[in-house]
Amino acid sequence: MHELAVCQALIEQVERVARDNAARRILSITVSVGPLSGIEAKLLEHAYPLAAAGTVAEEAKLLVVTVPVRVRCRTCKAETEAASNRLLCGSCNDWHVDVIAGEEMLLQRVEIETADEPVH
Amino acid sequence: MCRDCGCSLGPAAARAPFAAQPATKGHIESIEVITAILDENDRVAAHNRTHFDRHGVLAVNLMSSPGSGKTSLLEATIKALQGELKIAVIEGDLATENDAARIRACGVPAIQITTGNACHLDAQMVHEALDDLPLDGLDVLFVENVGNLVCPASFDLGVHRNLTLLSVPEGDDKPAKYPVMFRGADLALITKVDLLPHIEEFSVERARDSLRQVGFRGDIIELTRRGGPGFEAWLGWLRSEIAARRAAAA
Ligand SMILES: Nc1nc2c(ncn2[C@@H]2O[C@H](COP(=O)(O)OP(=O)(O)O)[C@@H](O)[C@H]2O)c(=O)[nH]1
Ligand SMILES: [Mg+2]
Ligand SMILES: [Zn+2]
Ligand SMILES: [Zn+2]
Ligand SMILES: [Zn+2]
Repeated sequence: MHELAVCQALIEQVERVARDNAARRILSITVSVGPLSGIEAKLLEHAYPLAAAGTVAEEAKLLVVTVPVRVRCRTCKAETEAASNRLLCGSCNDWHVDVIAGEEMLLQRVEIETADEPVH
Repeated sequence: MCRDCGCSLGPAAARAPFAAQPATKGHIESIEVITAILDENDRVAAHNRTHFDRHGVLAVNLMSSPGSGKTSLLEATIKALQGELKIAVIEGDLATENDAARIRACGVPAIQITTGNACHLDAQMVHEALDDLPLDGLDVLFVENVGNLVCPASFDLGVHRNLTLLSVPEGDDKPAKYPVMFRGADLALITKVDLLPHIEEFSVERARDSLRQVGFRGDIIELTRRGGPGFEAWLGWLRSEIAARRAAAA
């Protein structure tokens, strides 16, 4: 269950964002995860409440955006979607491809509530 | 603090608890961050690599299912290279208590990692193990990861080379089932090939195809710990990697 370890690392980043921005609460956390990161979105969602308990993110909603695997073919230059265990060009079936999406495991956005209305 | 280099990378400082506060009407902001979730692990991994590089040591991480033959490969390798190369091992496999003892019985230092969760090693655990393991004079440091084809793939340890073992009894479809692990490897070892005559379901050709389909582009060596051409090819790979490391360090 390395998703728990990943969630703990995520919470640490979120705590830093909260501190830097004088947040009193976190409302939501958006992460993007590709299948080639080795992380399962479902398992991440399951592990999240455990890691968030007792932190500034305790009540925050976790939004997981899953990014499909995309490859660019070196032979025919096509950009197509691919399955993680079949990294082949969807157009010409060649395996000389570069992965252009699907490896990410990123914290994208944190929605926070600060104490005061900003002074304009 | 890191004894070796005086860096401040020790166990993460205790964090002040940051309790959520009661809901009141505040100001709501959406902050774009965009950082790698494991960037702290990646930072420690890069730091580990400076330890290895400063000592000119080749660091190699072994990953596989439990029982694929990681410890056996290390035992046979240590014996074959006795007097030629200086080896040490960081043992991360908690599944069997006696792996570090098996390595020590071969006459090389072994540090058993006992902290952390039991499903993978991370860069911090390796860094802590380095405190107890002098790298001076070593040629190669092996890290035996936890037997698991999923979790270890997500955590860079800062080693120079990642190896994945696939043993014949596991079946040739393992790369297709665990693509992330096999794709990220620099070298794939098909182990226990002495069992091929008994396990006709395993096709080396299918295993190789499966590895190619998950995007694995490294060398594939078929071997048994009992020796033979495959085992010699493995030793050759190791020697050339060590030579490359030395050239880079010089
Ligand atoms: N037939 C055969 N058995 C092996 C070979 N290498 C390891 N084994 C056996 O596989 C089992 C697991 O090996 P071990 O090295 O402990 O695997 P680990 O969990 O990956 O470290 C042990 O019973 C070994 O004796 C091999 O090359 N051929
Ligand atoms: Mg072992
Ligand atoms: Zn795990
Ligand atoms: Zn193509
Ligand atoms: Zn250090």
